[in-house]
Amino acid sequence: MKITIQFGGGVHLLFGNIKLHEIDLPDREKHWTIGDLLLWMTDNLLQERPELFLQDKSVRPGILVIVNDTDWELLGCADYVIQPKDTIGFISTLHGG
Amino acid sequence: MSLNRELETLKQEIAELKEKLNKKEQLLHALYKKQEGICTYNNILSTDEIVRYSRQMIMPDITVTGQETLKNSKVLIVGIGGLGCPAALYLASAGIGEITIIDYDAVELSNLHRQVLHSENDIGTPKVDSAFKKLERLNGNIKIIPIIDHVNSTTINRLLKATKYDVIIDGSDNVATRYLLNDACVLNNIPLVSGSALQMEGQLTVYHYKDGPCYRCIFPIPPPPQTVTNCGDGGVLGPVTGVIGVLQALETIKILIHSPFVLSKRFLIFDGIASTFQNIKLKQRNIKCEVCGDAPTITSLIDYEQFCGSSAHDKVTDINIVKPEQEIEILCFNKLRDDTLVVDVRPELEFKMCCLPKTLNYSYTKIMDNIGDFIKFLDVNTTQLSKNVLVLCRRGNDSQKVVKIVQSHLINHNINLYNVKGGLHAFSKQVDTTFPCY
Repeated sequence: MKITIQFGGGVHLLFGNIKLHEIDLPDREKHWTIGDLLLWMTDNLLQERPELFLQDKSVRPGILVIVNDTDWELLGCADYVIQPKDTIGFISTLHGG
Repeated sequence: MSLNRELETLKQEIAELKEKLNKKEQLLHALYKKQEGICTYNNILSTDEIVRYSRQMIMPDITVTGQETLKNSKVLIVGIGGLGCPAALYLASAGIGEITIIDYDAVELSNLHRQVLHSENDIGTPKVDSAFKKLERLNGNIKIIPIIDHVNSTTINRLLKATKYDVIIDGSDNVATRYLLNDACVLNNIPLVSGSALQMEGQLTVYHYKDGPCYRCIFPIPPPPQTVTNCGDGGVLGPVTGVIGVLQALETIKILIHSPFVLSKRFLIFDGIASTFQNIKLKQRNIKCEVCGDAPTITSLIDYEQFCGSSAHDKVTDINIVKPEQEIEILCFNKLRDDTLVVDVRPELEFKMCCLPKTLNYSYTKIMDNIGDFIKFLDVNTTQLSKNVLVLCRRGNDSQKVVKIVQSHLINHNINLYNVKGGLHAFSKQVDTTFPCY
């Protein structure tokens, strides 16, 4: 299943410095949730310091997860079932000024 | 020396002339004010005000009623830096009746590329004073209130008790202040226009507006301090803070005139590289939120530095983790540096910007990625004569971490690492002031 992963607010630094990843999730019987995706990303995309991305099996505090321009909290968080062509964003909040 | 004296005399003369100019301008200002009264053709605005704001007032979005509302509004701007400067500039121009600006910091040369209200001759003076001077000159019809103070629970409580602000603008640069302002806004029922920027990205939203969420609804737990980058380390481009600061002014005006399209329950992400604005749909207020929920547990301001585990400013706190015998003072370093291997562990881009001659660059991040490779590098570059290595960075903090961590891997290598105390900042202050203290 082809989806797009987008990073912002510096999260891309943990993923080989690339902001936009077009990925193809392996076909399987069971559907893919964002929770599954997080684990897949940790094994396949994450390049360094996993503790700066994940904490207690979810994203660390301060990262917004966005599914097609909507906060994942409106869609069931980690239980959201990913659809083909979804764009899933991980955006760290900024604090500078 | 005589050049220095000449510089000093000139500076002194300019300061005196400026003072004189200032007094004359104030006098002129007072006369202008006396001259202009309420316009006989409008009950609230003066003749000048009507002409001045006509271009915005004749729009159906503002109208004369909206302009009168702006004139009667009070806005608090926290932080008069990269975001606060453009926000204040546009709000003062638009005729907001009373603008309070609060900041504790002084103007530095490295602020000027983005903090557009401050100029070269303001360096060293409080940012609030510098901004006040410019804003006052820009619009004499409004009241600007400058406050030089740290923003903490005590000062915010005092300010909010004395004045009923219609909107608060968060132009701060740290996590602790962001939570403080959020809670203060919720407890006093004031909308919070929150902006932030780093490198080429900016973010914007309005918290605690009608049934929209507050900062804590979206981010109940503060981020781990090691994941937070400040502008001094990460960098930021002026137009990026400019875009966000100007949009903060726009949202403020929209709140004041009761626009139905305020950026609440939405989160705007500006990507300056791709030139895109992304509008994210956020959830409503969280009824279980600790501060704005139906049964709040936070009912007065708390200690936000403790809550966030980080300071309420974006300055770097120096560390001290190596033994005294593993350090050398900057003057001693200056004598030894020609004949000893000096490794500068700053990021490559900073090294390329300015570096001492004959030093080698091997960044802290690269070292921590693979300490073995760094040790090979040390073996190749040290000589039979000297196995000493002087480790240098910007302020002497990363270099301490390198000395502490790498030395423990060097047991069979006969190599000694020394931290250069105070780093290049110390070099600039004590050895050569022409080295940029950035």
